[in-house]
Amino acid sequence: MAYVAIADRDHEIEHHDPQTFITKYIWSQDHKVIAIQYGLTAIFVGLVALCLSVMMRLQLGFPDSFSFITPESYYQFVTMHGMIMVIYLLTALFLGGFGNYLIPLMCGSRDMVFPYMNMLSYWVYLLSVIILLASFFVPGGSTGAGWTLYPPQAIAEGTPGVDWGIVLMLVSLAVFIVAFTMGGLNYVTTVLQARCRGMTLMRMPLSVWGIFMATILGLLAFPALLVSAIMMLLDKTLMTSFFMPQMISGGEQLGHTGGSPILFQHLFWFFGHPEVYIVALPAFGIVSDLLATHARKNIFGYRMMVWAILAIGGLSFIVWAHHMYVSGMNPYFGFFFATTTLIIAVPTALKVYNWVLTLWQGNIHLRVPMLFAIGFIFTFIHGGLTGIFLGNVVVDLPLSDTYFVVAHFHMVMGVSPVLVVFGAIYHWWPKITGRMYSERLGRWHFWLTFLGTYSIYLPMHYLGFLGVPRRYFAMGDTEFMPQSAHDLNTAITISAIIVALTQILFFINVIWSLKYGKKADPNPWGATTLEWQTPDTPPKHGNWGHELPEVHRWAYDYSVPGQDQDFVPQTVPASEVPVGRQHGVKHE
Amino acid sequence: MTITLIFLAAIMATVIGWLLKQSFNTQPWVSNAADDATSGASLDTSAKTIGLTTFLAVATSLFALFVSAYTIRMTQAPDWIPLTEPQLLWLNSGLLVLSSVAYHWTRNAAIAGRTERLKPGLLVAGGLALLFLAGQMIAWYGLTAAGETVNGNPANAFFYLLTGLHGLHLLGGVYVWARSLVRVFGGASAASVRLSVELCTVYWHYLLLVWIVLFGLLLST
Amino acid sequence: MPLAVVLILLVVGSLVFHFLSPWTFTPLASNWGQIDFTIDVTFVVTGLVFVAVNLFMAWCVIRYRARAGNKASYDPENQKLEWILTIATTIGVAAMLAPGLWVWAKFVDVPDDAHEVEAVGQQWHWSYRLPGADGEFGTVGVDFMSVDNPFGLDPDDPNGQDDVLVYDPELHLPIGQPVRVNLRAKDVLHNFTVAQFRVKMDLVPGMESYMWLTPTETGRYEVLCEELCGVGHFAMRGAVIVDEQDDYDAWLASQPTFADTQAVAAGNAVAGQAQYAVCAACHGQQGEGVKALNGPKLAGQSAWYLKNEIHAFKNGLRGSHQDDTYGQQMVAMANVLATDEALNNVVAHILSLPDTAAPVTINGDLAAGERRYRVCAYCHGGEGQGIFTMNAPRLAGMSDWYIKRQLENFRDGVRGGHPQDYYGMQMGFMAKSLNTDKAINDVVAYINSLPVPADGPSVAANH
Repeated sequence: MAYVAIADRDHEIEHHDPQTFITKYIWSQDHKVIAIQYGLTAIFVGLVALCLSVMMRLQLGFPDSFSFITPESYYQFVTMHGMIMVIYLLTALFLGGFGNYLIPLMCGSRDMVFPYMNMLSYWVYLLSVIILLASFFVPGGSTGAGWTLYPPQAIAEGTPGVDWGIVLMLVSLAVFIVAFTMGGLNYVTTVLQARCRGMTLMRMPLSVWGIFMATILGLLAFPALLVSAIMMLLDKTLMTSFFMPQMISGGEQLGHTGGSPILFQHLFWFFGHPEVYIVALPAFGIVSDLLATHARKNIFGYRMMVWAILAIGGLSFIVWAHHMYVSGMNPYFGFFFATTTLIIAVPTALKVYNWVLTLWQGNIHLRVPMLFAIGFIFTFIHGGLTGIFLGNVVVDLPLSDTYFVVAHFHMVMGVSPVLVVFGAIYHWWPKITGRMYSERLGRWHFWLTFLGTYSIYLPMHYLGFLGVPRRYFAMGDTEFMPQSAHDLNTAITISAIIVALTQILFFINVIWSLKYGKKADPNPWGATTLEWQTPDTPPKHGNWGHELPEVHRWAYDYSVPGQDQDFVPQTVPASEVPVGRQHGVKHE
Repeated sequence: MTITLIFLAAIMATVIGWLLKQSFNTQPWVSNAADDATSGASLDTSAKTIGLTTFLAVATSLFALFVSAYTIRMTQAPDWIPLTEPQLLWLNSGLLVLSSVAYHWTRNAAIAGRTERLKPGLLVAGGLALLFLAGQMIAWYGLTAAGETVNGNPANAFFYLLTGLHGLHLLGGVYVWARSLVRVFGGASAASVRLSVELCTVYWHYLLLVWIVLFGLLLST
Repeated sequence: MPLAVVLILLVVGSLVFHFLSPWTFTPLASNWGQIDFTIDVTFVVTGLVFVAVNLFMAWCVIRYRARAGNKASYDPENQKLEWILTIATTIGVAAMLAPGLWVWAKFVDVPDDAHEVEAVGQQWHWSYRLPGADGEFGTVGVDFMSVDNPFGLDPDDPNGQDDVLVYDPELHLPIGQPVRVNLRAKDVLHNFTVAQFRVKMDLVPGMESYMWLTPTETGRYEVLCEELCGVGHFAMRGAVIVDEQDDYDAWLASQPTFADTQAVAAGNAVAGQAQYAVCAACHGQQGEGVKALNGPKLAGQSAWYLKNEIHAFKNGLRGSHQDDTYGQQMVAMANVLATDEALNNVVAHILSLPDTAAPVTINGDLAAGERRYRVCAYCHGGEGQGIFTMNAPRLAGMSDWYIKRQLENFRDGVRGGHPQDYYGMQMGFMAKSLNTDKAINDVVAYINSLPVPADGPSVAANH
């Protein structure tokens, strides 16, 4: 863990190189290997969660057709699907995966500043995943409390997995938080401390900004989850009464007294809302870079984009109770939280405008990563606008706890980030593996995923308008729900199955590319940022060979007037650029 | 949640204010020779210091949330019976203060390059910290023996929770302390353990501060 | 190019879907038209943004697609444009927020002339309490809760004596009168939702929450629980029936007060013995059950369940389905017990009968049955002992052939199909996954393997 100041490290590089297979790929301290480990693990659990969602959809689309899906297992699927997707897939993939890979490369450093701790972070994360998956196999199975784990129900009779599942879930979360903190300290410190010469904060690509701010949010917000997990664990195991009120359970009165279920909700959402932005901010950053690169144009309003990231990060801590408008909390809080929630819409909207304005007057190459990026803008606009419905307190009254909520957060936090994840994987694939993917398969993957998910979630909003409640194992016969709504549910299930199967294309593409893919150029997209200027592709341990790069310009010098080439890498000094440019001339 | 919010507002204001200061008047697309010379290392603080500072922010967030939960839960229901804290805690607090002082003295020695003072300094500082932990355990056993168990009422539960959590953090510090101690006894010079001792001192002071806040909270309610 | 076309088609398609969709808000049945108005405003503002931004993006994709010799413009920022967009967005946001906060202020503030109703949630059913003639609710506490006092009213509180108790998932409300619904949970979180009323609120154990509305249309509206409350969450249904004043008054008069429920005399087992003679013809002298006559075992079943079922037969909740031959026979018999007193006496007699395990007539795979029984255990208890608060009768040691027939009836809708038979409906949901004979035999065989509860019928129910 001994850290040597970055400038002094160059001479170490030779004997720092790991030799054996084990040190190179398993116990590796190389941020790129750790990133891939994080990524593979996250995608693996993500696939588990995807299968769970298909099982849920089977039950909803074809009720009573599958005897292995009982109400008990259904609620277990719901819970594990949600928790895995939010925490173990998206958080881990964006920060542990992309954060690890991109921060040192984009900032021009050799590695994370604490490589040993970085490695530990992955292994502890893997431990948390193993604990989580183990809960499927303990007596009673995993918890079925819903991913929000609201007490008293999460630890009271009547909920699946109340003996072991919930305990493993809480322990796994605590372990995950430890892993995240170790990684997060690295990301923050590396961004602040280990940038190469010339890489001022305002020259950083927006990907780094997004990941950086998301990490800060995570570091400050995850403790709230830890606090609630510890206190619930004590309520469960030692019969304390932090959250557990005096209550009847399974026909018996429990020994708890006076605990506050709402206190848990405050703590949970104090983490839970920033968590939305922990996932969204890296996606925002990455998509900005994809758009600029493939539209061959600087990101529009870079400074506004940075400030919007900061504003969203700051505001995200004072909007949490908009998840609790109908929780029974003091209703006067509604005024405050509705206002803050709608205020946060402004910087978010500005980001959307700036993405679209980046396309405006660009020179748009619709390669696969760009398709995903533009698909993201579309789904994010949709998901963002439906968020305004739910954030505006009275509109939330009829819509809360219905399919509208499910559709909204899947659009904004499921589909949108996942589109970015795929776009980012396709975009950096040539750098990560040194090979090109199949453009054709990539396009199919995009179209089926994009159109498929929209056909799942657009109609789902309308079931919500109708009043169909979420987390229902079966609707049965109800007067307000016409037969056509049941048919719509079946149609949604069919779309969901298609989308799930479509993901096979992605894995075929990955395997095909690794085996037969064309060797990639070091900089196939003509990008300006540092990771594309490495001496080797894929970059070797230490990233930069013998000399660290020097940065002379911001990350978005695309289509600079007077230049033949439509991009100028960040490493090119100003003296090599035509004169007109140096006076900050904006237009041709 | 007010306490947590105040803390977070302060920390976010610091972070965002600092970042805005860096970014407000720059036009990054205009090339600037002064910028070309800056690097992350020019922040003029070691990575470990930044790492520790960040960690302290995380830990403060954790403790602030617990304090928030404490104050909210306290007013929530009539089942809260204030706990009379054992007198032993005063002695323990004294030990922790002395431990901090001893660590600070060791730090000064390390900065001044006086290697011979490191061994006694570290031994006293760490020994006092271990005594503090032992004292906390005795206080726990005393309370449990007196029937004030963790599930007795929420005030008790919070007492065990907060003291336990603080103790665990200190235990983490003791691990780093033990590593420095091993290095010092292995003949390491003042210069080579200086950073480690300095950071530990900061951590010790931080945990002392946390303890004072927690102890004050426990006493006052 | 295809991308731009698809984006345009998606925008147009979304609009078409929106306007043609038959799936939209249920017809409003309360005073909360202002909520619908705020929703309309939100639709207009967000719809405009959705269309404008996406169409602009599609146009950009067409107009600025990569072509040979093309070069993007170099345009780091345009502060004027960004300010205009910021201000326009802020105005749009304010246009939605202002009515939102205004309506919320109305929701928070209950009118002075509102009458009060309490909705009580528990796993997994609804019940209701009205303050009675004095207009005051009696105090309640978890400590007071029992089979005889499921609401947990303090028996010594004079305010509680005239509280009207509706231990049934259906609530009646008078039309046109504002009502404050106080919400209370006995166990976990629940949420009281009627889609047509637009408003909803969680029920939180350990505290009381509220909401208010004025019903404006008569009719029957379904109550759904919309906060996950365990495996039976989706089956936690009820109804609100909005009546004209006269109908409401008649309903109200027919509901018992707390004092009424406490004044019910204990059943007389001796008197009940004579009346039991009719039952004995099919159910056996000792209530042991006679398979040949299709009479299930009664001895050992809990009192509350026996009473519930007799009422269900009498009210047409059970035995009214045309395929329920044995149920129809029982309807005639149940009507013999004309008064509650007679019923209580018979039940008292049944409770005095010896409780020995019914003969085993069904065998199956015990391990598979145990797995299937996990879902059953949530309500009927791990030992099949039956749990009053779950409205679940005892299964262990009862007639297995009868359990099997009832499972088939529930599954096929022969039992539990009556709109007011909420617990039958719940059991119907659960029985649907038992879609083979083997599945039913396995689970019944497992129930057969459970011991007869040692300390008499349904401990949790009869203390």
